[in-house]
Amino acid sequence: MFKYFINLQWKSFFRAASFKTEIWFKILMGLGALYFIVAFLSLGFGAYFLIEEAKIGDPLRVVNKFMIYYIAFDMVFRYMLQKMPVTNIKPLLYLPLQKTQIVNYSLGKTIVSFFNWSHAFFFIPFSIILLTKDYGALNVIGWHLGIMALFYCNNFINILANNKNNFFYVFATIFIVAGISQYNGWFDITRYTQIVFDFFYDLPWTALIPWLVLVGLYFYAFTYFKKHMYLDAGLAGKKTEAKTENLDWLNRFGNLGTFLKNDIKLIKRNKRSRTAVIMGFFFIFYGLLFFTGALEVYDNPFWKIFAGIFVTGGFLFSFGQYVPSWDSSYYPLMMSQNIQYREYLTSKWYLVIIATIISTFLATFYIYFGWEAYVAILVGAIYNIGVNSYLVLWGGAYVKTPIDLTSNKKAFGDKQAFNAKTLLLTLPKLLLPIIIYAIGHFLINPTAGYIFVALFGAAGFVFKNKAFQMIENIYKKEKYKTLLAYKQK
Amino acid sequence: MISTETLTKTYGSQTVLNIESLEIPKGQSFGLVGNNGAGKTTFFSLLLDLIQPTTGHIINNEVQVDKSEAWKPFTSAFIDETFLIGYLTPEEYFYFIGELRGRNKADVDALLSNFEDFFHGEILGQKKYLRDLSKGNQKKAGIVASFIGNPEVIILDEPFANLDPTTQIRLKEIIKELADKQEVTVLVSSHDLIHVTEVCERIVVLNKGEIVKDIQTSKETLKELETFFGG
Repeated sequence: MFKYFINLQWKSFFRAASFKTEIWFKILMGLGALYFIVAFLSLGFGAYFLIEEAKIGDPLRVVNKFMIYYIAFDMVFRYMLQKMPVTNIKPLLYLPLQKTQIVNYSLGKTIVSFFNWSHAFFFIPFSIILLTKDYGALNVIGWHLGIMALFYCNNFINILANNKNNFFYVFATIFIVAGISQYNGWFDITRYTQIVFDFFYDLPWTALIPWLVLVGLYFYAFTYFKKHMYLDAGLAGKKTEAKTENLDWLNRFGNLGTFLKNDIKLIKRNKRSRTAVIMGFFFIFYGLLFFTGALEVYDNPFWKIFAGIFVTGGFLFSFGQYVPSWDSSYYPLMMSQNIQYREYLTSKWYLVIIATIISTFLATFYIYFGWEAYVAILVGAIYNIGVNSYLVLWGGAYVKTPIDLTSNKKAFGDKQAFNAKTLLLTLPKLLLPIIIYAIGHFLINPTAGYIFVALFGAAGFVFKNKAFQMIENIYKKEKYKTLLAYKQK
Repeated sequence: MISTETLTKTYGSQTVLNIESLEIPKGQSFGLVGNNGAGKTTFFSLLLDLIQPTTGHIINNEVQVDKSEAWKPFTSAFIDETFLIGYLTPEEYFYFIGELRGRNKADVDALLSNFEDFFHGEILGQKKYLRDLSKGNQKKAGIVASFIGNPEVIILDEPFANLDPTTQIRLKEIIKELADKQEVTVLVSSHDLIHVTEVCERIVVLNKGEIVKDIQTSKETLKELETFFGG
């Protein structure tokens, strides 16, 4: 029975339209994965010696001290990125399969997820180093297994909590507060949590406890999903009461207004798009890392341009680069209605521009960190409006992942948060302004660098018609491929 | 109104549509029947430029559909649920389509008032988004939306499927009324031979992508079709 499930999963993965990208994309993604594996491995082998060198205590104890943050980050990371165990359960329900099998398979699938085994790259080499030093073999194995069990506990907690945003926000807040308290020396949470992790080493049998917890969580998740596997329970979509909205004030924009009205409703009424907007909002605070001097490596003008782009471009990156995928579920309608591509694209473009301008206003508080900081943000905004706004629309023509707007609502919903492909597409949007700035910076002076970037952005306005013509042609060329890709959900 | 020339569509080595030539005069109510995979939806998709023909082309009122977009203002269609915007209420959806076709709210409301019977009180004012309506009700909304803006060509793919008997009968009347108008060309596909013979003046049978029958509807047509599909 299991082999049928695996077969299904295999096919759905390799036959997905989004998988058929160009070869260089796959190579780049492979290289990225390799980079992380090497980085983790060398960290695992090197951590012991680094900590020993720094003379801040016994390496194992130091690792234990910060383990709670590691686990908390793992949790946050999972919540945002780990996909839920969807096997397209509906078509399986009425087949002669036992529910236990379906649930076991769905849950079991998560065990082999990247989010679980990636930790091994750090912990296995670290444990091996410990064994070669003067640590008790049984103790190290106990510690190792105990920690592994905790990651798997995270795995199942994440599955159970996945649709409960409240849980996530409370959890994240607790750990942010704990981190700040520790940094400022008010309260040190690690003093209490370290004891727990130390136990796994000092008394290896205590490692059984997380394993018992893990088994308990598995059974809890199992019964929960089994109980809710009905079309009108766990598998049903939530229905919200609808309200007809007029938004007549947008009528003054003519045809453009028609699309803007629709886009506003799209953002307001779909969880998936709301998430994108909220993410975009948080980008505004990303600049704090750069301008407060919190991280020394970021303390140079190149990174400030980078920050300026990010602070004002949150919406542009989180929403803009999925145009036209937001309309994927009714793309055939859009393509056969009385719609000119130009108007459709212009409305999306305006949306991005308006959001960029709003972000720029919201970011005025950066003046607190000096005029130069805000100038970097203004320059970033000009570049976003003048150049990046076209680039995202252009890139969007190639992003053929259909978006299920309501997917976050389903109990077994799959969080198509963001994929490596779209992240890759953002690179030219970020690197180019830094290069332009560097040219000005090194040839003349920093001010010239800012002026160069701003001029480049302003030039974008001048070529608006040309740029739109080009983008329009690409959309037209890609139309049939896009329609085909959107058919596959 | 619509004419095609050496139209074919091939996927790999499989030809799914191969029509030497087809003329649909203005004002005709045109029915397309055929078994699954006969090429009905492929033909409609080509007509709406949703897929590209392998050879040949379609001309809709002097506009070649895969070259120019000028056919869009006078053509409307409802093929499947991908023609609905799930997060809108039915009213908003109708107004949206109306605005795209240069009709204001009052125009749309006036049109909708003709369809109160057809909606059976289950579409308007329901406080539901289109995505939360049942399949049949979604279909009703989609069909009526395709009537907005006085289109000259209306394309409906399987309009009778998924509808309850009452609505099927009402829909037949609506299509007949449209067909009576000289300026409106209606294209309907269906698996239901009775319905299609009732509403269409002309019926074309597709089989494996080719036209095998082209009949002006008469009393004998239903018999003829039944023999064809039964045999």
